[in-house]
Amino acid sequence: MLKLIVCIKQVPMVSELPWDSRTNTLKREIADGMINPGCKHALEAALQLKRQYGADITVITMGPPMAEEILREAAALGADRGILLTDKAMAGADTLITSYTLARAIEKECPGFDLVLCGSCTSDSETAQVGPQLMEELGIPGAAYVENIQLKNRTLIMKRESDDFLETLEMDLPGLVTITTRQYAPGYASLAGLQDAFDKADIRKLSAGDLNLDIKKIGIKASPTKILKVYSPSAEKENIMLKGSAKKIVDTLFEKFGDKISGAIGKDLKTHDHEENDDK
Amino acid sequence: MTNKIKKSIWVFGDYRNYFQNRVTLQLLARARELAPKIQAEVCAVVFGCSLDEYVGEYIAHGAQKVYVTDHPVLKDYNVETYSVLMEKLVKTHNPEILLTGATYFGREFAPRVAKRLHTGLTADCIGLEINKDGLLVQTAPSFGGNLLAEIVTPETRPQMATVRPGTFQEIPHDYNARGRVINIPLPDNLPKPGVRLISSQKLPQREQRLEDAKIVICGGRGMGSKTKFKKLFELAKIMEAEVGATRPAVYSRWAEHEALIGQAGKHISPKILFSFGISGAIQHTAAINDADLIIAVNKNPNAAMMKMADVAIAADANQICSSLIRELKKRIRE
Repeated sequence: MLKLIVCIKQVPMVSELPWDSRTNTLKREIADGMINPGCKHALEAALQLKRQYGADITVITMGPPMAEEILREAAALGADRGILLTDKAMAGADTLITSYTLARAIEKECPGFDLVLCGSCTSDSETAQVGPQLMEELGIPGAAYVENIQLKNRTLIMKRESDDFLETLEMDLPGLVTITTRQYAPGYASLAGLQDAFDKADIRKLSAGDLNLDIKKIGIKASPTKILKVYSPSAEKENIMLKGSAKKIVDTLFEKFGDKISGAIGKDLKTHDHEENDDK
Repeated sequence: MTNKIKKSIWVFGDYRNYFQNRVTLQLLARARELAPKIQAEVCAVVFGCSLDEYVGEYIAHGAQKVYVTDHPVLKDYNVETYSVLMEKLVKTHNPEILLTGATYFGREFAPRVAKRLHTGLTADCIGLEINKDGLLVQTAPSFGGNLLAEIVTPETRPQMATVRPGTFQEIPHDYNARGRVINIPLPDNLPKPGVRLISSQKLPQREQRLEDAKIVICGGRGMGSKTKFKKLFELAKIMEAEVGATRPAVYSRWAEHEALIGQAGKHISPKILFSFGISGAIQHTAAINDADLIIAVNKNPNAAMMKMADVAIAADANQICSSLIRELKKRIRE
């Protein structure tokens, strides 16, 4: 049976960032966690392979203890087990170190795997780097931004659109793909499934010690990139609010931004006063 | 003796879409601005087949030296082969900084190179500076551009970044510029790639693409129905604009998937973005931060989209759309 691994990440569930303008920091603690939307598409691709060929799916994440929730949600969606890498020593890792840590866990816990699937990008840090770096770290072939996968014996056929080229690629397993959000629309977990997953899903928690990792090689200290500062650019924007009748608003809009609109369209937008009354 | 070794800033020559995507030239221009601050020379690195044209262009646009590996084996972009070549070259010449355009290829290639070199990489930068310590300060968006982070790589080399196309202006070409071309032969022991390219087909160039449009009119769930959404196309026609859509609008089949603006869709950088009936989920706002002027219409003045707009119009999106159409028809004369 196919052995699949899906790497997922917990990201803050926010439509608007709880930005603290006093301290200029993100109030992460009030942002609930959810499965990164991109990762759900990778999980869906794995579930479709499972339905087609039969497969065993392990979902793996690195994060704080609360990240266990997303593994349970993945189990409710159809994953067979979850692995949570959680250890203060792992915290603050950049992509180079995250891919190192994930690779060591995959090698130790999932020997003989066939395919690793990742989302192509996360909604928080948006680097899209962990997947490609994990290919190198595991020493297996792989492709990023894949839209569609088909399996023929032990060969994976992949389609993607990359820099305005439509590409078909193939590789022999084992390998790794990062899946875009174009084709694999994620399903929903049933309430009963969620209940089951929260009661009895097979979730293992592993620390750096469990993986025999040298703590000098993981976490924020081992990470070559350092964050100097984080700030919110929207705080610097002039924000004009217009209210009233549609006519009045549109008049004000042309009064204030007519030149800019005219410039963008490349046409003169002078008013023609004698026709102003037509719509009144 | 170490003083004699000149530092260098390298730019990966990403030419696959040269006529649409000039990010390599933009990076060369920025590298030339940064180079004096660390007494560095600016080099381009290019792999492929029949490269003379690109080599000439890179020199004309600011490369003082170009490392070239020109061989039929490299005709198609191959991330594995290119990563091996770049790793070898970097280990031989130790550049201080290595910049790559944040194209699809660049964003797959650079992480693999960084991993092989065990160095830091900052993704999709929208700013590059040199600080007083001589470090490359890389500004990268996170949370859909709602936050910006300044990132450095203090210890390991090279300092690596992928940079979003359009961030910097290319310098005008100068065909009298001189540059050294260094031919690097293809190594004998190149590993066989694990991923094989079966077919590659250039997509037809659309007449105007959302990504290039000066004005984008984007609609969301707040438009209410497919019929009402159609009004946006009418408005777009008058303004010679392109229509974009949020995920709910695409899922409701009011617009094609091609029109999706967001993290999973297109990133846009128009002069003016009209946003109609959009609440402003991060997956969407991630892709619109480069718009010069954002005019948002939403009944809810507290919607996230309204807060990030330059002009927030608290009103019914359909009414404003219709009113704009009427006003523009009056103003634009044949």
